Amino acid sequence: MATANPTTRASAAAAPAVVPAAAVRRTPARGRVLAWGGFAVALLIAPLLFHSSLEISMLSQIGIAIVACLSYNMLLGQGGMLSFGHAVYTGLATFVSIHALLGIASGAFPIPVSLIPLVGGLAGAFFAVLLGYVTTKKAGTPFAMITLGIGELVAAMVLMVPEFFGGEGGVSANRTVGKPFMGITFGPPIQVYYLIAIYTFLSTAAMYAFTRTPLGRMLNAVRDNPERVEFVGYDTHWVRFMAFTISGFFAGIAGGLGAINTEIVNGEVLHATRSGAYLLFTFLGGATVFFGPIIGAVLMVICGVLLSELTKAWLLYLGLIFLFMVMYAPGGFASLILMNLRVAAFGKLGRIWTSYLALAGTALAALTGAAAMIEMVYHRQLNEALGPELRFMGATLNSAGVDAWFGASWLLVVGVVLFEVARRHYLHQWGEIQEEIEKEIKRREAL
Amino acid sequence: MEFFTISMLNGLSYVLLLFMLSSGLTLIFSMMGVLNFAHASFYMVGAYIAYTISRYTGFWPGLVIAPIAVGVLGALFERYCLRRVHKFGHVAELLITFGLSFVIVELVMLIWGRTAVEFPPPESLRGPAFTLVNSSVEGLRLVWGAAPAPMCQAADATVRVVCSPFPATRGFMMLVALCMLVALWLLLTRTRIGLVIQSALTHPDMVEALGHNVPRVFMLVFGAGCALAGLAGVIGGSTFVTEPAMAATVGSVIFVVVVVGGMGSLAGAFVASLLIGVIQTFAVALDYSMLNVVKALHIDLSPAAADFSLFKLSISQVAPILPYLFLVLILIFRPKGLLGTREG
Amino acid sequence: MSSTGYALELRDVRKSFGKSEIIRGANLAVQAGERVAIIGPNGAGKSTLFNLISGRFAPTSGEIHLHGRRIDGRKPYEINRQGLSRSFQVSNLFTRLSVFENVRCAVLWSLGHRYAFWKFLADLDDANDRTEQILEMIKLDKRRDVLAMNLTYAEARALEIGITIAGGASCILLDEPTAGMSKSETQRFIQLIRDVTVGKTLLTVEHDMGVVFGLADKIAVLVYGEVIAFDTPEAVRANARVQEAYLGSVLAEQQAAAA
Repeated sequence: MATANPTTRASAAAAPAVVPAAAVRRTPARGRVLAWGGFAVALLIAPLLFHSSLEISMLSQIGIAIVACLSYNMLLGQGGMLSFGHAVYTGLATFVSIHALLGIASGAFPIPVSLIPLVGGLAGAFFAVLLGYVTTKKAGTPFAMITLGIGELVAAMVLMVPEFFGGEGGVSANRTVGKPFMGITFGPPIQVYYLIAIYTFLSTAAMYAFTRTPLGRMLNAVRDNPERVEFVGYDTHWVRFMAFTISGFFAGIAGGLGAINTEIVNGEVLHATRSGAYLLFTFLGGATVFFGPIIGAVLMVICGVLLSELTKAWLLYLGLIFLFMVMYAPGGFASLILMNLRVAAFGKLGRIWTSYLALAGTALAALTGAAAMIEMVYHRQLNEALGPELRFMGATLNSAGVDAWFGASWLLVVGVVLFEVARRHYLHQWGEIQEEIEKEIKRREAL
Repeated sequence: MEFFTISMLNGLSYVLLLFMLSSGLTLIFSMMGVLNFAHASFYMVGAYIAYTISRYTGFWPGLVIAPIAVGVLGALFERYCLRRVHKFGHVAELLITFGLSFVIVELVMLIWGRTAVEFPPPESLRGPAFTLVNSSVEGLRLVWGAAPAPMCQAADATVRVVCSPFPATRGFMMLVALCMLVALWLLLTRTRIGLVIQSALTHPDMVEALGHNVPRVFMLVFGAGCALAGLAGVIGGSTFVTEPAMAATVGSVIFVVVVVGGMGSLAGAFVASLLIGVIQTFAVALDYSMLNVVKALHIDLSPAAADFSLFKLSISQVAPILPYLFLVLILIFRPKGLLGTREG
Repeated sequence: MSSTGYALELRDVRKSFGKSEIIRGANLAVQAGERVAIIGPNGAGKSTLFNLISGRFAPTSGEIHLHGRRIDGRKPYEINRQGLSRSFQVSNLFTRLSVFENVRCAVLWSLGHRYAFWKFLADLDDANDRTEQILEMIKLDKRRDVLAMNLTYAEARALEIGITIAGGASCILLDEPTAGMSKSETQRFIQLIRDVTVGKTLLTVEHDMGVVFGLADKIAVLVYGEVIAFDTPEAVRANARVQEAYLGSVLAEQQAAAA
């Protein structure tokens, strides 16, 4: 990776007063080692902490989702390209990987199962090259529309080519094929998890490395000012196209891992709802920071598996949170975390945590009121046969009586009003703190 | 012959419905640069509100109240939500309307349930507007309303009589759409606010520089666009089916119409509606496939190749993806759209 | 195509937008190393001319030659790679990147790094050193980590020029570089421009006559899309056509203000 030539280094050593730019630019290595080490350790020991079969399955899904969301953010957060059709690349790669698994079983394609995700990656890159040149001609709304169109096109073709897509039932394969390597057959889910964990770590590292390369930086420049990029010598279209292909590669890896994990694939993996999920959760996690999509991926699996069990209205809650984030926190949870870390670094978090408490408390009250009413409505709709009573957060509510409705709506109204009060106070405090931080930064600069 | 006429008229009514929907979307898209992802959801809300109203007061009050209600909802959304994200750029605007479409579908399912609801057209619109009676003896005749039963039955085995009714609901759809078209045209060309809107369609910055309260105009246009969608919803919901999936079925098609027709161009939206509506209506009825083409060209295919599913696909099976194929082709070859005046 | 020896040559360049012809046969021949100021009344087409030369639009007809090679109708990045770079009247920066990153993006292509995704930016000593150099030249080395969108107006204009010259282009076009600046800032900027464009061919669009007469070897006067004069400042001052078309109105305004 290093392109420094020996003579420069030697002359730098001979004249220590002239510090080469390269040395100055390197950010503190210790923090980075800690972060990556922590990530690797977390991946390693997670199954020891969460060892039920449901939890292992969720961990596997989280690993896959991390790769998928990070690949999506290469387009959205790093390139400013809003895609409504990312599932096309993960989905098609899953189909290709399933067929590759069948190929291993039949002996036509003798590669180890552990390399299937790479097959998926190549498939993803292939389709990205095929469709990407025209997709990336424009950015912004035309790009979004063309990804939508291609997504609908490919999803609609599922029933038209049953040889490849397997029609309504999809295609299934067996992952315990080929020769076992050191006793690893990928039969037990824990073995699959560790395979996924390895690929997740390597893919994350690779995608992070990409952000520190010339192409990665020019991709950011294209996001910020596509016109100016052309005037400094770069072909904007080509930058987008290459990034699109690389994103497709990693999306394909996620697809391949998915094929191994579920051993079956059908048209649903190409559906617009899945593309929407990538968009929603990557944005929620935070598109402006590298690790934001990791948070989004974890949320995606948790919401999909656990939250959907808890309440029928989970999609509604999700949608409302999404709307709220777009309006008030477009950098997602990651940016919220970073902003507060910054405040903490300047020692001012102590002042504002009471505001956070007030915000959380009033929001909770409002949400409880709203949720109670929503749950009662759903109960009446779907569980009428069970009678009008339902359990909500430990209490019994009678959806037929007026009390529960009155109480819930009162809670909602009061919660909203108090939230607004708390929000204004918080904004005022936040503004003060930001000003103080700015002054402090200027003071330090002058030193 | 009568099949062609009735199909053509059915197709035309679908075209006009598409245009009702896409004209609102084009107005919003052209003026504000926002592609309102939730437009089809407002269509759905219009249908459901009219359904609820019709359960108490019958169909006709709903026809007036529902669009107004939807328009107000749209204006409120613009004022309190959309306006807030203008400063974050087009991506954020797309995201918020995308989120809204999501939330609206969930709210509709919450309030009205997940299955289709019975939203029938009013008494006066049930049955055919007119019937084409084609008799092998007496030729083609037009009968207003439903043709009486004896007319449709052959007198004896040698006479062939075919009765093709044209539903009154479809006719009403065309009528409302045409009235709306005319009203819109009059508004845009004859009133002052219409002039402002027209200029803002192609030069929004200039209009603001001239001192017009562009944010208020935006709110009005967004509300009006949503009201149009709501009106289309009342008609569409009563003619077709009112269910939570109705937003999705029509949603992607109108995006295609707007993008294919071109930004800043209502005429483009009309031409694109025509193109896509007619193609969809007729494609569903045609059974030709690639195999037919290949046979016509006298090319011999091996049995295995002839069995390949792609070749066996008839046009009717491919019909659903034709609009998207169009979209992709237009974005490749003519990103401005057919009659667009500016790009995204 | 014979080499004419001019760095930049415009031959009968015309540009119409719809029915209006903005540039009506502009002719210009700039020697290498010359500093040319382009002046003219508002609406004369100065920015359009820059847009045509730098490739933002293609001319309707006519030829533009850079170091003897035709560049009219080519894409902006192709022209930039041939050695021409331009700045914008409204600062056109990479808003969410730092000052350092902004300049580094502008040097990457000229150093041959192209679309590389297999090397780390931190290891590109040539790019990083050159970026440091540029930052020192434009006096923004203390603000290297500030995001471009958080700069003051003058800093943004300085960065704008920095991005323009970073790639080492031999022909620099500056579109109203001192627009909106105070007198003292303008003076500093003139010195900056002189320093960073040593040995290069420079074309600036300017309205401030003090800047023009101080900075330029030659002045080109653009009126209604035509170059009506191209000569040394003294000769242009004395040119009757120019006085009538442009300076005359300025003099008349000054007289009216004094009265």
